[in-house]
Amino acid sequence: MSDEPEQESTAGETPPARAEAAATQASGTKPSDDVTRRGFFSWAAVAWVGFTAAVGGCVSAWGRFMFPNVLYEPPTTFKVGKPADFAPGVVDTRFVEDNGVWIVNEEGRLYALIAICTHLGCPPNWLEAQNKFKCPCHGSGYYKNGINFEGPTPRPLERAAIAIDPSDGQVVVDKARKFLWEQGQWEDPAAYIEVA
Amino acid sequence: MLKDLQKAIVKSQVWKSIFRVGIPTDNRKRAMAMLGNVVLHLHPIKVKKSGLRMSYTWCMGGTAFFLFLVETITGVLLMFYYRPTVEYAYFDMVDLREVAAFGVMREMHRWGAHAMVIAVWLHMFRVFMTGSYKPPREFNWNVGVILLVLTLLLSFTGYLLPWDQLAIWAITVGSNMARATPLLGHEGPGASFLQLGGTQLVHVGSDARFGLIAGRTIGGGTLIRFYVLHCVAIPLAAAFLIAVHFWRVRRDGGISGPV
Repeated sequence: MSDEPEQESTAGETPPARAEAAATQASGTKPSDDVTRRGFFSWAAVAWVGFTAAVGGCVSAWGRFMFPNVLYEPPTTFKVGKPADFAPGVVDTRFVEDNGVWIVNEEGRLYALIAICTHLGCPPNWLEAQNKFKCPCHGSGYYKNGINFEGPTPRPLERAAIAIDPSDGQVVVDKARKFLWEQGQWEDPAAYIEVA
Repeated sequence: MLKDLQKAIVKSQVWKSIFRVGIPTDNRKRAMAMLGNVVLHLHPIKVKKSGLRMSYTWCMGGTAFFLFLVETITGVLLMFYYRPTVEYAYFDMVDLREVAAFGVMREMHRWGAHAMVIAVWLHMFRVFMTGSYKPPREFNWNVGVILLVLTLLLSFTGYLLPWDQLAIWAITVGSNMARATPLLGHEGPGASFLQLGGTQLVHVGSDARFGLIAGRTIGGGTLIRFYVLHCVAIPLAAAFLIAVHFWRVRRDGGISGPV
């Protein structure tokens, strides 16, 4: 702190007597000296604060560093063709391998089921002959609409946002937006496409 | 003539620059030789006879440390061939097994990992049963618990590296637990608490699980991240804490004997 003219203390600057003594001891001045405004922040205290701030800044930077900005994952939004490509009552498995969804046309609605078992995360298989999704890991079973009915899974499969792209009429699926049956979200208009 | 040769060597500058003090001739000099040497001073100068009683100590702490060294050495050797990318990881592991000379070290590394986890648990059990956690040894018990967690984390991160079905799904299930972290997991309690003007700060692309596996799903980012944790970060932390652990044992009078 630069030289300041001695003034009447303002804004409650006068420290209590005990802190005064401690401050003088910390700054290394003689105990009989009064604490001046310059001596209140000793250079050692400033140095420590600076050091702590620098270390804190570095640790924060390293922490942010650990969260990648670029992912080498397939995009969560993708097109799957025209609505007419999906026959009623059929579970389309063409997009499971690369995009992880089944496209199902049932009861007048087209929807996308996310191919991740809601038990512990394995990808189930669609068993056409038995008309059910069956998880190979622990045996969880789901109906064609995704509702769970057997095995350890506690809840149905999740659905992905599905819509028609107005520019080319194709069905667009967005896995980043999920709809959970147990929260009543399957009735959300973004979770299905009305088909004849 | 041999004696002349020996004398010539021992009086040479090369020899004297390495071995500054001659062979110790009394107990004081023996102690000084141990204390003054960077490698020798890691061992205690004397060991209590009760410290050798394996029926009491089980030697599991020593076994765990020995296995840590085995894992380090075999691990470093494996690093010469294993490449932590999705294209190569599994095949390099198979090649180590099938093609590389003495590739059995890959198996030794795996079995050694299992053995080390077992040894660490048995060591913990023995320390508990002999009351060697009581004052003044409470802090060392806590250091040991942290070392246990680090050992299990080494196992967890290493498990992914073969990049086979067992690895990928085990880590998928294990890392899915991080989704449910309070506040920091996007499916955990309080996730929606952290918001900035309506935008969720904690979501699938920014929560604790994302930081752990470097992605929304297990992939190449996870593999390299777990590789670095497994080979560098956690071993460094473990080595430091092992040093603290041993120093504490020495300071408290060596491996605890009967009261």
